Amino acid sequence: MIDLLAQADNALDGLKAVGAGLGYGLAAIGPGVGIGLVVGNAITAMARQPESAGMVRTTMFLGIAFTEALALIGFVVFILLNFA
Amino acid sequence: MNSLLAAGDGGGLHFPSIESLLEWPGFLFEGNTFLELNKVGLIYLWAMVAPLVIFTLAIRKSSLVPRGVQTVAESSVDFVRENIVMQTMGPDGMKFMPFLLSLFFFIFFANITEVIPFIQFPANSRMAAPAFLAIVVWVVFNGVGIKSQGFFSYFKNTIIPPGVPGALLPLVAVIEFVSTFLVRPFSLAVRLFANMLAGHLLLVTFAVLCENLWAKNILVSIIWAPFIVLIGLTGFEILVAFLQAFIFTILTAVYIGGALHPEH
Repeated sequence: MIDLLAQADNALDGLKAVGAGLGYGLAAIGPGVGIGLVVGNAITAMARQPESAGMVRTTMFLGIAFTEALALIGFVVFILLNFA
Repeated sequence: MNSLLAAGDGGGLHFPSIESLLEWPGFLFEGNTFLELNKVGLIYLWAMVAPLVIFTLAIRKSSLVPRGVQTVAESSVDFVRENIVMQTMGPDGMKFMPFLLSLFFFIFFANITEVIPFIQFPANSRMAAPAFLAIVVWVVFNGVGIKSQGFFSYFKNTIIPPGVPGALLPLVAVIEFVSTFLVRPFSLAVRLFANMLAGHLLLVTFAVLCENLWAKNILVSIIWAPFIVLIGLTGFEILVAFLQAFIFTILTAVYIGGALHPEH
């Protein structure tokens, strides 16, 4: 019985690790695509109008910061599942 | 469960536990809850003193044509003014310049210790200071909004964006309330904290890899691979340390600017 419990505990740890890895991987997909879109469009804008590059760059960093937040929350969940 | 790469016992690659990477023992005033000082606290003290020293020196030996440390001080002030204040708040925001500049320098100097040899720990990878800074920013932008617009109209302007059809209003108001007053400080703190923690773990991973390959002579022939990645990542982390300070400051400026001038 104690053996079984220990096994279940091990399996739970393993599932936690798998969940953490999958969670972070899934959380990174959307922001990856999103940051690509933001930066790609910012480059298009800068190439079309080099004189507005400063403004576009500032706005681009803002957009990246907002998009990236979701991936970072995924990373925090990964850390919490693995180490907390 | 406290090792990432522990491969059985004996031979494998041993990754240090996350506690040993992030939790530093106190070395001054041990046992005293308020005064106990560890490496993280020391880095924060450094992040506070270093900008003070730079700007004091720049003021003491100031001349019309800047030289040496004065160039650093003036170009950083110019950077914050042109790229952060003017881009987000306009000339009205110049009175928040000292706040934003000290925020920028404090975060930057607490981050850059990530890549300074023999320190190599970003103090902002502990949640305490990012959370506290986020609370300070929350208080400041709400205070500015209440002061410039009055309590009720600030609240109204914040949670009811202009041009929303009536049927959607309850939903939009709830979303705006949550995103402005709850998600903003949370994401501000988590962004800084998670970026620095991720960078620190990346550098540690590759440093451990290098060390282990170095120890096993037979693998020395491939040590260049993780070593080159480590050098590249160090450069990348310098960029991240700067960028996170910049993003924290510019988001603060955007929030203050939004509270200063309501959307019409």
